[in-house]
Amino acid sequence: MARNAGVAEVRVVGKPLPKVDAVAKVTGRAVYADDMLPARTLHCRILRSPHPHARILSIDTSAARRIPGVLAVITGADLPIKFGILPVTQDERALEHEKVRYVGDPIAAVAATDEEIAASACDAIAVEYEVLEPVMSIDAALVAPKDERIQDYGGPNNIHKLVSLEFGDVDGGFAQAQHVREDVFFYQGNTHLPMEQHSAVATFVDGRVTLWSSTQVVHYVHRALSKVLELPIHRIRVIGAAHGGGFGGKTDPFAHEIIVCKLAMLTGRPVKCTLTREEVFYAHRGRHPVLMWVRTGVTDDGRITAMHFRTALDGGAYGSYGVASTFYTGALQPVTYDIPAYRFEGCRVFTNKPPCGPKRGHGTPQPRFALELHLEKIAHELGLDPVELKRRNFVKPNTRTVNWLRVTSCGLEECTQKVIEASGYRTRERRPGRGVGFAISSYLSGAGTAIYWNDMPHSEVQIKVDRGGVTAYCGAMDIGQGSDSVLATIVAEELGLQPAEVRLVTADTDTTPIDLGSYSSRVTFMAGNAALEAARKMRALLVEAVEARGRKFDDVSFEEASVLAEARFGTLTTAGSYTPPKIAGPYKGSGVGPSPAYSYSACVVDLDADARTGLVTVNRIWIAHDVGRAINPLLVEGQVEGSVYMGLGEALMEEQVFRKGLHKWPSMLEYKSPTFLDMPEVETFIVETVDPEGPYGAKEAGQGPLLPVPPALCAAVYDALGVWIDEIPVTPEKVIEALRRKDKGEPARYGPQRFPSIPYPAPIKVEPPPKHGRFAHQEVTY
Amino acid sequence: MKSEVLRDVERVVLTLDVNGERRELLVPVHKTLLEVLRENMQLTGTKHGCELGECGTCTVLVEGKPHLSCLVLPIQIVGRAITTIEGMANGSELHPLQAAFAELGAAQCGYCSPGILLSARSLLEENPRPTRDEIREALAGNLCRCTGYTKILDAVELASSPSMGRWRATPEWPK
Repeated sequence: MARNAGVAEVRVVGKPLPKVDAVAKVTGRAVYADDMLPARTLHCRILRSPHPHARILSIDTSAARRIPGVLAVITGADLPIKFGILPVTQDERALEHEKVRYVGDPIAAVAATDEEIAASACDAIAVEYEVLEPVMSIDAALVAPKDERIQDYGGPNNIHKLVSLEFGDVDGGFAQAQHVREDVFFYQGNTHLPMEQHSAVATFVDGRVTLWSSTQVVHYVHRALSKVLELPIHRIRVIGAAHGGGFGGKTDPFAHEIIVCKLAMLTGRPVKCTLTREEVFYAHRGRHPVLMWVRTGVTDDGRITAMHFRTALDGGAYGSYGVASTFYTGALQPVTYDIPAYRFEGCRVFTNKPPCGPKRGHGTPQPRFALELHLEKIAHELGLDPVELKRRNFVKPNTRTVNWLRVTSCGLEECTQKVIEASGYRTRERRPGRGVGFAISSYLSGAGTAIYWNDMPHSEVQIKVDRGGVTAYCGAMDIGQGSDSVLATIVAEELGLQPAEVRLVTADTDTTPIDLGSYSSRVTFMAGNAALEAARKMRALLVEAVEARGRKFDDVSFEEASVLAEARFGTLTTAGSYTPPKIAGPYKGSGVGPSPAYSYSACVVDLDADARTGLVTVNRIWIAHDVGRAINPLLVEGQVEGSVYMGLGEALMEEQVFRKGLHKWPSMLEYKSPTFLDMPEVETFIVETVDPEGPYGAKEAGQGPLLPVPPALCAAVYDALGVWIDEIPVTPEKVIEALRRKDKGEPARYGPQRFPSIPYPAPIKVEPPPKHGRFAHQEVTY
Repeated sequence: MKSEVLRDVERVVLTLDVNGERRELLVPVHKTLLEVLRENMQLTGTKHGCELGECGTCTVLVEGKPHLSCLVLPIQIVGRAITTIEGMANGSELHPLQAAFAELGAAQCGYCSPGILLSARSLLEENPRPTRDEIREALAGNLCRCTGYTKILDAVELASSPSMGRWRATPEWPK
């Protein structure tokens, strides 16, 4: 059921057109949630826990309620129903009244006529705590807690989730290997740091709640509100306001979104809550810190015979997307390299920190970092060129991986060729302190399964044509990546218009059909295919009506065609939907990893590393990204450059770390992120493999290009100084320490020394797909 | 700290000159320019990312020079010309920087764009043909998380190129 039978000539697809909302954005007229101030709006502030781990003995709000200007004070008793993004981990409350699990856990909320009054009322709430010993590291979470466990599920101790899977004959694979190598790596946690602080405004009118929020997924917020507020879906409307940056950080339903709705219901007035920057650090859901151990067997010529990968994720205090994140740390290794036998053991632990969740690349940048550097080390050990060793193991298009993932279009070879040639990698000038490193990666074009089990399409689009104009309705949320522009381009392409001529209604649960939102790089592929189907149906109506008059569609204006079609058929509406093919493997846990298509990237980093100061200065980055087909190359470049930037920030400076239970730097000054001065020039190559199922052949662009940057940077540091930094961020201290160890004759590396003992269960043994490799030979049902 | 704000707040009457319009306002004396612009004057084009002077998002121009509106008290700048993003276009004609940002995809989520546009405008007024490094230097106080800065640098270069002209008409809307 290829949606795109051959690529016909296109008019607007592939053109670097400005975004449809570009003028609103550059004139300050886009309305973000905090820009809204309906008449009589009350302001909400949230009282948060000062302790990383404590039982709540009592909460006294009486003094707060007496303050003039305070209209409502609520606590956990008002919102006792638990929620959470995954059905298996409904472990959060909008307000906690029994126990707090991290500094920043919400306890009470106030609605007042003024934000300062609300803040002062929060100060007037008296909470009595029984302080418990916090659990602040993976090691601490693996042993018996001094006081009590953080959550009352999972286990043993503070383990949240254990995963153990084995595909093919791993022991046999290692037995065939001529070389076996083991390494340990650590990827530090970091946060999204969107420029816009989370914000939500709610009203309650005629028994209906309306919420405007800075969210990536109106649908999931809608569901969580219905559950916690105990209101039917039809009495809740969630609208995505203009969005000031997500990167995965606004993909969970959040406490403040539920709280403003509850306060609006209680007071009958609009209620707004905008998080402070410090609170944004506590909302988090960012990159999991992950400790990794990997063992790989290879032949003399560098062919992988078996791989065993272990991960330990520091999850923070709640589930969030964590179960999925855990599986993702093991899922995509075989999507770039042909691994004939593979064992994956994953573990997520609870700690008394803000919950980790999905950040750009969700659970896959960490293992990608480990895998790329591990292969780099194997190549050096065997005396092989790392690029060549990796190429020998590249997956081929139209194959099934050992863990049953279906690979269709794959531009790994072409991406590699582009960056190796453009960077002059092979002919580079060798001088001390200068290094060049290479890495590759892959990412999903949308998760193949929904967050909660259901058989509905993942995206639906409706199109209406009337009075000579066209409107497309879609639930997807434009978070700045330009998904509105992609939808408009697809509809315009099919109907013979310009993107700016297509009116859009998006991300509104009252007026738009279901779409699972902006996460997992799914919008272009999934909403794009739904829009394509709806637009083609509309085009067919217009063509039929025009031809019935003995004329040709291309000879009449759109306005005239629409009048003819409305006269012939009545109201003109069409719909399209997209459901991913059912391609998950036949094993428990196979739901994480499948995607209708994978993007591929290759990256070269050129840097100077100063042996005296440990400072790393990146000179230039080359990146090639297989996007299938660029619906809008300008937006694709923007996504690729933004991904490179974010990967570089993670590689060099960004880290979310804690001291004595407290976030070390919950501010934008101390949490370092790259500025204009830190960002090198980036040379971007768009590789088009024309995916058989993507709209016009398109795949994802927003996440994959982040992944190769940290390992390419560390490979370049080794190239420059001869030391391995097996832990990011690569700070000057780590470089200096590694050089010191090298001088003393110790292993020339900085990184974790060991991987802890984790009680992984016996692996679920999964037979690889029949005739592992080509899937042409087997039944693949879509 | 407790209940400090519950005391009577001192309010001042002052006149601010914003985007060429003079407005008389009664505001609590401790309110920042950012708050007064957004809350008292409904000029919500000025955004905020930290309210601590760390991110540059709330940049406005005071007498043509970039200022962090979250760190300025209105009473400090009475009588001085303030420019916000709402005052950058000439009616519906975009400033060349705005046109270049739109054209080249320099605004993704758009949240940092007002502050960066104003910083860039101040730069171009002092230095109409800056080098790429001079642009980096001038904009280093403005953080952006979406673009990786590349398209912003391209857009400022385009806006400063002779071909761009002083003013550029609104992009051609479809007829």
